[in-house]
Amino acid sequence: MNFPWLLLILLTPLIGIGLMFLPTKSFPFKTQTIAIYSSAITLVFVLAVLLQFDTSSNALTQFDVNFTWIPIFGINFHLGITGLSLVLVALTAVLTPIVILATQHEHKNRSKEYLIWILLVEASAIAVFMARDLFLFYVMFEAMLIPIFFLVGRFGGERRNFAALKFILFGLAGGLIMLAALIWLYFVTATQLGRGTFSISALTNELNLNTWTERWLFLGFFIAFALKAPMVPGHTWLPDTAEQATPGTSTMLIGILDKVGTFGMMAILLPIFPNASREFAPVIIGFAVFGILYGALVAIAQKDMKRTFAYISISHFGFIVMGIFSFTTIGMIGAIVYMVAHGISTAGLFLTAGYLIKQKNSSLISSFGGVTKAAPSLTGIFLIACLASIALPGMAGFVAEFMVLTGTFQKYQGAAIISTSGIILAAIYMLWLYQRVFTGPENKESKSIIDLDKKQIWILSPIIGLSVLFGFWPAPIIKISTPVVEFTMNQVDAKDPAPLFPKVGQE
Amino acid sequence: MIALAIALPALSAALLLSLGRRTNIWGPYLSIAASTSAFLVGLWQFLLMTNRPTEERASITTIYEWLVVPGTNFKINFGLQLDQLSVSFVLLITFVGTLIHIYSLGYMSHDENKRRFFAYLNLFVAAMLLLVLADNYLLLYVGWEGVGLASYLLIGFWQHKPSAAVAAKKAFVANRVGDFGLSLAIMMMFIIFGSVSFIDVNASVSGSPSWVPLTIGLLLLLAACGKSAQFPLQSWLLDAMEGPTPVSALIHAATMVTAGVYLIVRSASIFNASTFAQNTVIVIGVISLLMGAVIGAAKDDIKKSLAGSTMSQIGYMVLAAGLGPIGYVFAILHLITHGFFKAVMFLGAGSVMHATNDNVDMRRFGGLSKSMIFTTITFFIGYLAIIGIPPFAGFYSKDHIIEAALSHSWAAGIAALFGAGLTAFYMTRMVVMTFFSKPRWEEKVHPHESPISMTLPMIILSIGAATIGIGLTQNNVFEHWLEPVTGFSEPHPPLPILTITYITLGVVALGVIIGISLNRKIPKVAPTKVTLFTTAARNDLYGDLLNETLLMRPGMKLSKFLTIFDRGVIDGFYSGLGLITGSISSRLRRSETGFVRSYALSIVLGTAILVLAILVVRL
Amino acid sequence: MSPNAYLVLSGIIFSIGALGVLLRRNAIVAFMSIELMLNAANLAFVTSARVWGNLDGQAAAFFVMVVAAAEVVVGLAIIVTIFRTRNSASVDEASLLRW
Repeated sequence: MNFPWLLLILLTPLIGIGLMFLPTKSFPFKTQTIAIYSSAITLVFVLAVLLQFDTSSNALTQFDVNFTWIPIFGINFHLGITGLSLVLVALTAVLTPIVILATQHEHKNRSKEYLIWILLVEASAIAVFMARDLFLFYVMFEAMLIPIFFLVGRFGGERRNFAALKFILFGLAGGLIMLAALIWLYFVTATQLGRGTFSISALTNELNLNTWTERWLFLGFFIAFALKAPMVPGHTWLPDTAEQATPGTSTMLIGILDKVGTFGMMAILLPIFPNASREFAPVIIGFAVFGILYGALVAIAQKDMKRTFAYISISHFGFIVMGIFSFTTIGMIGAIVYMVAHGISTAGLFLTAGYLIKQKNSSLISSFGGVTKAAPSLTGIFLIACLASIALPGMAGFVAEFMVLTGTFQKYQGAAIISTSGIILAAIYMLWLYQRVFTGPENKESKSIIDLDKKQIWILSPIIGLSVLFGFWPAPIIKISTPVVEFTMNQVDAKDPAPLFPKVGQE
Repeated sequence: MIALAIALPALSAALLLSLGRRTNIWGPYLSIAASTSAFLVGLWQFLLMTNRPTEERASITTIYEWLVVPGTNFKINFGLQLDQLSVSFVLLITFVGTLIHIYSLGYMSHDENKRRFFAYLNLFVAAMLLLVLADNYLLLYVGWEGVGLASYLLIGFWQHKPSAAVAAKKAFVANRVGDFGLSLAIMMMFIIFGSVSFIDVNASVSGSPSWVPLTIGLLLLLAACGKSAQFPLQSWLLDAMEGPTPVSALIHAATMVTAGVYLIVRSASIFNASTFAQNTVIVIGVISLLMGAVIGAAKDDIKKSLAGSTMSQIGYMVLAAGLGPIGYVFAILHLITHGFFKAVMFLGAGSVMHATNDNVDMRRFGGLSKSMIFTTITFFIGYLAIIGIPPFAGFYSKDHIIEAALSHSWAAGIAALFGAGLTAFYMTRMVVMTFFSKPRWEEKVHPHESPISMTLPMIILSIGAATIGIGLTQNNVFEHWLEPVTGFSEPHPPLPILTITYITLGVVALGVIIGISLNRKIPKVAPTKVTLFTTAARNDLYGDLLNETLLMRPGMKLSKFLTIFDRGVIDGFYSGLGLITGSISSRLRRSETGFVRSYALSIVLGTAILVLAILVVRL
Repeated sequence: MSPNAYLVLSGIIFSIGALGVLLRRNAIVAFMSIELMLNAANLAFVTSARVWGNLDGQAAAFFVMVVAAAEVVVGLAIIVTIFRTRNSASVDEASLLRW
């Protein structure tokens, strides 16, 4: 076996957690320091994998680590990385240190607990993205709920218990449906292949499901992913959770964990249930388009900043789902870029707004006004995050949105045209919020707001840098994700439509 | 090489914004230097280009591959196209831009945030250059929204004023409505032609059925309407005057708002292929040119009046661009001359405001010619240029447009002619009210001439406004220059050209005379008893009202309704599930009484039932 | 050998025990009734073992006895504690463990 990089990536945050439990006398580092270093080292390992990742390789997964786990059920502890997983693992590894750095001092005497949960979120997210065994995927899919549950329930706002409960109920409901589908799938493999297996590659390559089984199984997994992503109408937990959670938690939740839903659609639904995916695609696209406009429209009228961001994300998840189910290379790659862009811009919005919210202990839009004067740097960074979020050209979000829309346009013109109008709504919800919070006459409350200091600006600068970098140079993401998208396109037997009237002499 | 022209201002903007207050002292100068060097780069490229034979003048530089998906035809380069059309724009943008940078040095000297102002100006220059230099529609889109962003930031520069913040947002949103069209157009190009570069699209249009250029053309027109403040997306431009005056001069008069015209001219092949799209462009142009003129004639705010005028003049350009090959060159010619004379007038207005404690109400001006000599002279040159008195610039460009319009149809020609009369009327009104007539200042006001950093740009621009028309049309230089890019065919108006010129001049003279005679006496407060028409014109012909009743209010209602729907119905469904489960469980748990003996009874009964059930089944 | 008489006796003892648990309030008596039920079960086990000639039933009876003994130890301890705190051994009074 080659050097187990993936295991190393997965274990580093866990080792960090272990070190935090050592008595302080024998281990003289502060918990914050440990958390920062372990997430940074994870990032270094991820970068090492990123550099070694071979985009020309024929194998779908790389760096596989495979142990037998529960042999009687054919369950393996199998980690492997496709282009899609790598992109999302990298996103996780980048965002976690930023979140830790930006929020490490928020919970003075409880920072140890907070940081442990955050690192657990990172580890479980990484495990989900790398799992190549469906059972391992399921276990991690459920395990992710735990740290977020405690982060919301122990560190959130006034109605945190309600929010945490709502969050976990939705999560468990989806997980349960998925579990049922998973068990069914297992029995199908047991009868058809003669041995029960959960290996994703075996399920992808060897299984032949009959039509109705495939449809039901597809629906089982899809509902779980759609609740996680979340798609309208299964979205109502997100605004409540985001409203009560701290900005750091919201970033981890919306920026990273919710991507598991869209990741699952692309990495599990499409390859394992290609026929059902094709059948359901138009319906799902319909829901996605509805979600795009619905989320955007509802975002406009929100009174709370964090709720607004949540609805914006719901709208953006609509774009991602639309890209995935467009079944075009451009649309799918666009969806992957969108996941990255959305993660980055969400982090920017929540973390910068978080500084404001923490100072005034309120996330209501109406409690601010004219913040620019007191906090110009904060305003500037927030504005850039806003622009990244509304897909201004030159930002990563634009590349993503354009690719998703173009991909969709190739097959579903109506859906693409309707959802393009989302760019107008985006300008309205974001700039109206910006106008009310940051511009206009300075209100009494806003006068006492303290601007970001140099250190905080440095912490947030990677968010801006990456947004702009991928806006002008998205090639790395596109290159890494092309093989897996090609594979998925083959799997669902989809072809890119040729141009209708190409130039003479051009193919 | 031309990339430097974009990179330098962009770099300077990034530097000024990220370094913050440290750059307060030298920041503005760096910004001016960046803009100047962009101009020099442009000039150098222009000179190199003129030295080459006509067919070798256009060139495309691919900087790098921007968006490429291997294995598909999705391939969009970060490429810059330098040809006669784009270099004309580069020169206009950087030249006027640099002068306005210098002007701002004086105008903004007391503003504590002037570093930010200069950074935004540089950002604008960079984005605008990217817009005109891009070799494909998607990259053009980057510049297109980039200038929109710069415009947003600059309109809202004095963001402590709520009106400025609202105006900025309005401008951005209206632009986004246009961008909706542009996005769809670009996507359609990719789906239909398989490429979004200008060259490929131009080459492919002819091979497609007629609905293709029609649809794409109309979508591009929507985009142009948004950016260029043409009907029906015009209403943001008047509000945009909330921004500092140099911004109004550079962005909302000379350069950015003309980007729509650039887009139409750049997409000439698409519009040439669809007569219906062209006619729509003409109709939009005519409506806007008349609307703008009417609004300009009714406003007492000098900047808003000028903004109405801008809308009207761009209407001329759009009209010309809709005429096809007979009009493209004149659209661009008018665009350039307009860039000069409108900039000089805006800067003049700024200078007047500077002298009168930021007053903009023309009813409180008057007689300023005595105290502000340079401003008066330069403004007057701009005035002569815009109403089209030979040999000033506007004469050459506008006269050509009227000729071309007449050769298209009588209706378009007469509308353009009528517009010329209106222009003469409202501009005369403005000049009379501001510089001549009796002083009507408030008591504290002591008008004075502005500093050299402000007058110098005005002087240079006014020299341009005076001479550039004659310079560019001598021996049809400009037609020959642009022909390889836009195509050109000689217009054949139904009347002799000289006759048209005389008629035009006659109409203009009539406008001037009416303008003077109606403004003999100017009340300090606008009269309230006016005709319905005047009231409508003062209210921007109810453009805002229309937007509000048709879009904003219903949209807001929908949004609020959906919020309630979301809480009540969708979330209500889930909460309902929770409530039902909860109530069932709270009823069921009543059975847990705590009495051991009742538990024992239930065990006994349960066993008995089980036994009975087994017996029943067995029997 | 006919097991009927034994089984009938076992049934009667079990019923007495069950009724005792259901009807008596005193915890000690209820406890004794439970023991009666266990012994009724033992009787049935032993009878069956005898009838089938198989020792499994007797082994089960021993198990029951062991369990009963363990239960008495724990149960009596609980009853004593309850009696100490409440001065009563009525099962109906210790009804806090409810909704």
